[in-house]
Amino acid sequence: MVRWTVEYLWLIPLLPLLAAGLSAVTKRPGRAFAASLAIGAMSLALILSCLAFAEALRHPGRQYVNFPWVQMGDSWLKLGWVLDPLSAVMLLMVSFVGLLIFIYSLGYMAEDENFTRFFCFLSLFAAAMLGVVIANSLLLLFICWELVGLTSYLLIGFWYHKPSAAAAARKAFITTRIGDLAFLVGMVWLYARSGTLLFYDGGNGCLEQSGPARLVAGAANAGLAASAGIGLLIFCGAAGKSGQVPLHVWLPDAMEGPTPVSALIHAATMVAAGVFLVARVYPIMTACLPVVAWVGAITAVFAASIAVAQTDIKRILAYSTVSQLGFMMLGLGAGGVAVGMFHLVTHAFFKALLFLGAGSVIHGCRSEQDIRCLGGLRRFMPVTFATYAVGMLALSGFPLLFSGFWSKDQILEAAHVWGVSQGPFYLGLCGALLTAFYMTRQVLYVFYGTWRGHPARESAASERRLQPAGLPPPPRAPLARGDTSRPWNPHESPRVMTAPLVVLAVGSVLLGFIGTPAWPWFAAFLEQHPASFDLARITEPGVLGLMGLSSVIVLVGIGVGYWLYGRKPVGGAGEVDVLERVWPDLFGLLRNKYFVDEVYEWAFVSFTVRWARFCDWLDEWVWRGLVELASYAVVGLSWADRLFDEYVVNLGFDGICRRLTEGGGLLSRLQNGRVQHYLRIMGVGLALLVLLLIWGCRAL
Amino acid sequence: MTPLHSYLLVSALLFAIGLGGALTRRNAIIVLIGIELMLNAANLNFIAFWRFGPHPEALTGILFVLFSIGVAAAEAAVGLALIIAAYRRCKTAEVDEIDSMKG
Repeated sequence: MVRWTVEYLWLIPLLPLLAAGLSAVTKRPGRAFAASLAIGAMSLALILSCLAFAEALRHPGRQYVNFPWVQMGDSWLKLGWVLDPLSAVMLLMVSFVGLLIFIYSLGYMAEDENFTRFFCFLSLFAAAMLGVVIANSLLLLFICWELVGLTSYLLIGFWYHKPSAAAAARKAFITTRIGDLAFLVGMVWLYARSGTLLFYDGGNGCLEQSGPARLVAGAANAGLAASAGIGLLIFCGAAGKSGQVPLHVWLPDAMEGPTPVSALIHAATMVAAGVFLVARVYPIMTACLPVVAWVGAITAVFAASIAVAQTDIKRILAYSTVSQLGFMMLGLGAGGVAVGMFHLVTHAFFKALLFLGAGSVIHGCRSEQDIRCLGGLRRFMPVTFATYAVGMLALSGFPLLFSGFWSKDQILEAAHVWGVSQGPFYLGLCGALLTAFYMTRQVLYVFYGTWRGHPARESAASERRLQPAGLPPPPRAPLARGDTSRPWNPHESPRVMTAPLVVLAVGSVLLGFIGTPAWPWFAAFLEQHPASFDLARITEPGVLGLMGLSSVIVLVGIGVGYWLYGRKPVGGAGEVDVLERVWPDLFGLLRNKYFVDEVYEWAFVSFTVRWARFCDWLDEWVWRGLVELASYAVVGLSWADRLFDEYVVNLGFDGICRRLTEGGGLLSRLQNGRVQHYLRIMGVGLALLVLLLIWGCRAL
Repeated sequence: MTPLHSYLLVSALLFAIGLGGALTRRNAIIVLIGIELMLNAANLNFIAFWRFGPHPEALTGILFVLFSIGVAAAEAAVGLALIIAAYRRCKTAEVDEIDSMKG
């Protein structure tokens, strides 16, 4: 018997959906109304998620409810929701982080004129994301998945009057669409093969024993190819959503959206949906796990190396997100569901923290995002600094105390013992080193040194203008600048923004301890066996050695970062980066993101444009000519017709018509133009007919 | 349970009222209201016959009536639009004054 917490699991996504709908249909909703609606619905969803999580703790099995949706021929398409450790963990994470970010947005968006629209979209997003999490059907998951993509589009383009934001929204939508197309094809293929899209259905679901077996059955070779093909296609969808190479290009651009959106959607939850998808359909993915691991490892290093040379505070974090998502994929591919999911959860906390911290910085510095123009904020924003430092250490994987260390260590360990190849392990080590380095660089740039804000900025800008072309592009003009004539200092953010930071910082530290090698509670929970505490496991030579190695790598990364950027504080906003002085070519390559955008522009976009121009030319000259020729022919024919009409047909016709008119005049007496007169005749006729019918029946 | 014929009586009454309104009133809007009344009398008949019919478990009667209500709504919209158009043209909504089509 399914328990009520599972029975009513659908309430969790429904509540934010209702909130979004209500604030959308309310005419001119007030700010307080929209915000309290969204936050209230999210709080209720969090409470329900806690109940669901407690339920999953007490009954560590898998409980699901399926219901028929549409009938197609003889078969019913079923949808449903499922509560198992995986979805319970995700539910709790999404609703908790979501609620904190909702609260934070109160402060961050306080002065935005479209405040209510923002909360409406955020609620819609939360609903769709929670739907993805509890879906027990690939179809339902896909529906929510697309809704999530839609809200992502809406929120990236929230400031749609900025052309760059509109372009970024389009780019995100189109790029993820490429992955989703593959996902859809894979889903259809899976349905054709297994006959069901339900994950769990009493032994008949596509993830249960018979499902993957049915995939492999049939002709041995073809079956194997099909299961690998389906897995790869679904992974394409996951890669698009999670920004894996080569579909990562949209994620950094998505930072055009408001910062809470970047934190919620493009760091903590939505981009993790791809990782979650792979974890959810893990039994189908077995054939292509090496691909997952390799793509993840390559993405991890690729994006981390780009992050080294970026100057926009949010862009650095965006590339870091791409890189960390690569780590998660590596963990899934090499280690298993628990390894990847653990990093997903810890990452959600510290990356949301970092983004919200960056938002606080941007908020306090009048929309300045260029780290070269910030600096010295440690004194102005102590709370932001402290929490940001916690997030940075967690992301770098600082040994023992921070959650990132434990989760990243598990991934590296899984990659180390992976039987297929050692390549991803070494790539992962490189990624960890780069992560520690670029985070140190960012923190030193933003929080240490002197405040390089307003007064130094003008001179720096003029200096930069004198430099030859090819040097750093001038930072974008900030959105809202207050009174620019007087020098000003950054200020700490209001408490409604710092409180979520503190909560997230605490989470970033404590979460690590549920998955240490000594007490692997998280993995045990996901794999449904009891966890035990054993300190001896941490001192096993393999584990200890690897932990030592990764600690050394992290410390080296931080040390190098400090040596380069911390010994001598960065002088002015126009100063050339230390690395750039040493390797200008390499730095340029990294700053321009390996020219991936340019390659895409050259390979796909310009090709499409040229093809469209060609089609236009074809239209203009070839097809239009043909059409015009045909039209002249028709016009000529109709002229001939008209002459025939006028002089042959009409003369004969007119005679007939005159007679007809005379006859019509006689008949028209009946038509006196009174509608009700006609109706009366109709009524009488009807009555007569009925009488006739009754009489006829009698006679029979 | 109320017997079938009382439903039919009510619907017949409704129909008669509607017909009377449509035949005798001069204002086009009242005529339209009369027509709506007649339609609803028919709807009531549908429901009644379905409810007392041999297969009340199949939702055919309700579906039929739903469609009919939908069509009636569309018809009312079109009818009102026609009345407004006629009013704009003839400056009156009295049915017997609009007789430019007479022979």
